[in-house]
Amino acid sequence: MALEIIESCVNCWACAPLCPNKAIYEAAPHFLIDADKCTECVGEFADAQCVAICPIEGAILDELGTEMNPPGSLTGIPPERWAAAQAEIAAR
Amino acid sequence: MDLPVIDNAPAKSGGCSTGSCGSTASQMDGMPDDIRAKVQDHPCYSEDAHHYFARMHVAVAPACNIQCHYCNRKYDCANESRPGVVSELLTPAQAVKKTLAVAATIPQMTVLGIAGPGDPLANPERTFETFRELAQKAPDIKLCVSTNGLSLPDHVEELAKHNIDHVTITINCVDPDVGAKIYPWIFWQNKRIHGREAAAILIERQQKGLEMLVARGILVKVNSVLIPGVNDEHLKEVSKIVKAKGAFLHNVMPLIAEAEHGTFYGVMGQRSPNPEELKNLQDACEGDMNMMRHCRQCRADAVGLLGEDRGDEFTMDKIDAMEIDYEAAMAVRAEFRARATAELEAKRNKAHAPKLPQAQVVQFMPRAAKAVPEAVPAAPVGRSVLMAVAAKGGLVAVHFGHAKEFLVYEASATGAKFVGHRKADAYCAGDDTCGDAESTLDRTIKALAGCEVVLCSKIGYEPWGNLEAAGIQPNGEHAMEAIEEAVAAVWNEMLAAGKLTAAPAANKVA
Repeated sequence: MALEIIESCVNCWACAPLCPNKAIYEAAPHFLIDADKCTECVGEFADAQCVAICPIEGAILDELGTEMNPPGSLTGIPPERWAAAQAEIAAR
Repeated sequence: MDLPVIDNAPAKSGGCSTGSCGSTASQMDGMPDDIRAKVQDHPCYSEDAHHYFARMHVAVAPACNIQCHYCNRKYDCANESRPGVVSELLTPAQAVKKTLAVAATIPQMTVLGIAGPGDPLANPERTFETFRELAQKAPDIKLCVSTNGLSLPDHVEELAKHNIDHVTITINCVDPDVGAKIYPWIFWQNKRIHGREAAAILIERQQKGLEMLVARGILVKVNSVLIPGVNDEHLKEVSKIVKAKGAFLHNVMPLIAEAEHGTFYGVMGQRSPNPEELKNLQDACEGDMNMMRHCRQCRADAVGLLGEDRGDEFTMDKIDAMEIDYEAAMAVRAEFRARATAELEAKRNKAHAPKLPQAQVVQFMPRAAKAVPEAVPAAPVGRSVLMAVAAKGGLVAVHFGHAKEFLVYEASATGAKFVGHRKADAYCAGDDTCGDAESTLDRTIKALAGCEVVLCSKIGYEPWGNLEAAGIQPNGEHAMEAIEEAVAAVWNEMLAAGKLTAAPAANKVA
């Protein structure tokens, strides 16, 4: 049972000091989670701490590859609205 | 002919109870001596000082504990200039090195701030390590910090310990229902909290932090982002409350929102306020509060005078190649500071020397008129006029085509009052890139909407014609004069020519 940080991480450092297991470490090109140390905060906190502070949707996955913070959940921007804005910008 | 600048310091005239009325000079007058002494060389806290003194931000604080709808945490860009944006993140040791390098190269640099790109107090170890080192190695640099306030109450003690005498808190609302439209979530006590509940906690912490800082004698400036339709009317209440609690300066900034920034407001089409809306709100708040009008909304790694960014000269690889003798630099810096402070003092004294006998001085400030009903103007007088100035170092000193920004002054019978600035694209590069000149000039003229005059050191034939056609009178006759004097002189010329009795000719720019 472990979480994973993927390439959309922006290296903001918010998660690392919160991890009760010191499982998160600085690496290039982005922070990583030591799967052997990660407990998903079970028994420590109600919510996995890295997931609870991460500002980037989709940057943290669980073992099944599920996005812990799915699109729209943090910014409040509906995914279809985001896609439309990106398409509009690309067409300029 | 110089226009008299009327001294309406509260104690003397009794006409102004707010201590924040009128010209640049009287903004400083409204402050008690101890506060004035603290801010007179701080470019962000004193409008006077920003012509002389520079600041820098070091980007040591990437983490944030809240999300704001005007911020995108992915943003990292060399070409954008706005809060929360940086090019390279620094460790505290790198930040100290960079600060010493900048201080040794730019003696005007008096202030080191930590402003992100996240929240400095959500990165307490990195922030305080930087402050600790700098307090030791560069005692002549003022340290300040800018925060969203969520963890502020936990760190007030430590801020006081590091001799940080200036803190900026961003307070966009005092009502959780308004806050719920600005802050989608906060991280609080090991949980992500959303919506109104989140906003309520944030507001409570901001207000508590403000009170604690004031109780310890730390100067507090409040920043607010003006978001049309969300908190525009509400900011008047915010201004009253933070003033009552002891904040000494309020800085209302316009929302920056573009779809390409990837922020909630940008993507969802929230509009930004126009310059007139911003000025109207600042004017409305000014009855209660000292308002800051010269903020340039700089990057979290800005270096230099406000409105300029010399960050490119101080990338880490360039700093590593520099040799810094800070002892020697401190002597040069002390000398510069003494000279600039004396110049500022002279300017202030001059602004206050009465040039007309008291009997002829009539106060036209609306607040003064309110407080002293009998002081109604006896003679007809010209209306106020907005003038844009291509300025440097407090002088009309920049060629129109080279101006990156224009300072905007409101000229009236009471003198020249700084009310804001407009960004311009400097269109005249003087080489092949001039191909795009026309559209850039058009954009600049559009940015000057509402101004009737533009003062500059020189101006080309073509932009002269275009400005005139747009209803803006170019004026290059006051090159190298002090801004306030030049603006007042032009206003007097307009008054003498009878141009100020009627309403302004409609600006022909949208």
